[in-house]
Amino acid sequence: MAPPLTLFDKIWNAHAILTGEDGTALLWIDRHLVHEGSFHAFDMIAHDGRQVRRPDLTFGAADHYVPSHPGPIADSEAAGLVRGIEANAARHGFDLMGPGDARQGIVHVVGPEQGITLPGLTLVCGDSHTSTHGAFGALAFGIGASEVAHVLATQTLWQRKPRALRVRVDGALGPHVAAKDLILAVIAAIGASGAVGHVIEYAGPAIRALSMEARMTVCNMSIEAGGRAGMIAPDEATFAYVEGRSRAPKGADFEAAIIAWRRLPSDAEAVFDREVALDGSAVAPTVTWGNTLDTALPVTARVPDPNTAADAATGARIAAQLAYMGLAPNTALDGIAVDRVFIGSCTNGRIEDLRAAATVLRGRRAVLPGLVVAGSVPVKREAEAEGLDRVFTDAGLRWGEPGCSMCTGMNGDTVAPGERCASTSNRNFVGRQGPGSRTHLMSPAMAAATAVAGAITDVRRFGP
Amino acid sequence: MTPFTVLRAPAVILDRANVDTDQIIPARFLRKPRGGGYNQFLFHDVRDAEPGFPLAATDNPPILIAGANFGCGSSREGAVYALADAGVRCVIAPSFGDIFAANAAKNGVLTIALPPGDIAALIEAVGRGAELTVDLPLERVRPDNGAAIGFAIDAFRKTCLIDGLDDIGLTLAHADAIAAFEAGDRAARGWAVPDTP
Repeated sequence: MAPPLTLFDKIWNAHAILTGEDGTALLWIDRHLVHEGSFHAFDMIAHDGRQVRRPDLTFGAADHYVPSHPGPIADSEAAGLVRGIEANAARHGFDLMGPGDARQGIVHVVGPEQGITLPGLTLVCGDSHTSTHGAFGALAFGIGASEVAHVLATQTLWQRKPRALRVRVDGALGPHVAAKDLILAVIAAIGASGAVGHVIEYAGPAIRALSMEARMTVCNMSIEAGGRAGMIAPDEATFAYVEGRSRAPKGADFEAAIIAWRRLPSDAEAVFDREVALDGSAVAPTVTWGNTLDTALPVTARVPDPNTAADAATGARIAAQLAYMGLAPNTALDGIAVDRVFIGSCTNGRIEDLRAAATVLRGRRAVLPGLVVAGSVPVKREAEAEGLDRVFTDAGLRWGEPGCSMCTGMNGDTVAPGERCASTSNRNFVGRQGPGSRTHLMSPAMAAATAVAGAITDVRRFGP
Repeated sequence: MTPFTVLRAPAVILDRANVDTDQIIPARFLRKPRGGGYNQFLFHDVRDAEPGFPLAATDNPPILIAGANFGCGSSREGAVYALADAGVRCVIAPSFGDIFAANAAKNGVLTIALPPGDIAALIEAVGRGAELTVDLPLERVRPDNGAAIGFAIDAFRKTCLIDGLDDIGLTLAHADAIAAFEAGDRAARGWAVPDTP
């Protein structure tokens, strides 16, 4: 009898063209997503006189450098990068969802939206948040520029097989507790490097109950625990999301795909290298206070005191983060005054995220400046059709054009030095949103509540 | 890429955990072309904020001893370009961000993961003025007048580093296997071909 396999094993085995003695495999890559920041890789293959082997499996988007205000890109270097991806798309003949395209948006939003992302595929991109696509039961991970060049030229990648970690979440999430709160709680539990060298499979009833958008939020932040990838087994919700999308299989191909996809979930007896379990019903609205993702705490908690840390090194680390964040030891998270709010990113820039923020903001005024950026043009259009844009602008927030925006600040949307930002993005690192920026990560509903209160606040105060 | 075999050199110590690639090179410099002297961006904002920060834009010791989870976060290969352009050829730490470690190998920079106890011994030796000899073929690192410490590295990554190989060229030596897989896969998984709208 064949040994029981994990979802990850099944996809890995189906894509290993050959495997060396040390376990390093040459993997076939089904989908390659590129963006305007992938220019180093295109320069590398141009330098070597190489072509894109499979332009039909290569998809481009402009996201990191596009402005959130309408009109052309003011910065000449950024504009040059966008012209560069346009020129490479024309030269190599791949589909680019660039400026002016009705499909344009963040690469991790447009992939699923256009049906480019499917269960059972290998998918890579020169961006660490490629783990997002694992929400469909794909093996998806971020790579650097040299590996992007390798995939462009060969449609393959050499990889040492990571270990498998299953994160099981039992119970049900409480009211106003979102996928963002759940993944922040997971990272706090396993640590910012807790999944290094591992592919995470998220399982259990609380995961199964999540929408596809929420599953993408969870898988997106796998990299913030150091995970090579994050995956969720495909099910009826996955198939329903995929069906009918532009690049997804149709008719008999779709029927054949469903048969193949139903065989993907991990076998009941499959063995994982590590297992972690969490109680989903115990997760509260969660906020980060420091500059690593493992500083996530329930909003009802206080920031730590370096003097009561387990050891001197931990105390020093806490003290340095408190100093950067401008926080005194033992400060209650609930009530920390904030300067600005950002709602968007590949983590929380999808329609459900905007609906969650709008639910809190409807009929209320924000007392802070804030920017709301849809993850793609289709998300923006859908939000506008539902009147969400008016909810945001009536509350006093700015409604921007789709892209990565203030998550990385590469397009000029930055948080000023010393400013404190409540952000639905994925990283709270030193200087992430601009030099000297102070980031508190939270869910869209929590960010909206913070915009209204002017300080970090528990969204559960805002009604049922 | 420059081959890596044996390196005897002084080391610089950055004893802090979770040094992310946003710190190693801030996002606003990633738009620069590869020829742009990435060393000037190395820890750009951290160096501004912390006088006496152990790494500089130039003249760094070729070996960096760092804290756990070094190079976590973003996949930006610019983090490796900045280190390499600033003279760093080898980084020793308890653990690394996976993408950073892969990027390093592609640029001739060796990453060595060692248990914290071994790292402490190396830091102690460097503190008394010892240089380190990193021997990739023998998979060991030894401080002057100290005991050798073994390390592990994937055979494939090791070969590429020692030979300074362009691994696209190496992969294309398997062109027949790739083409055979491609043809078989196309027949078996018609659904995996993107639909044309």
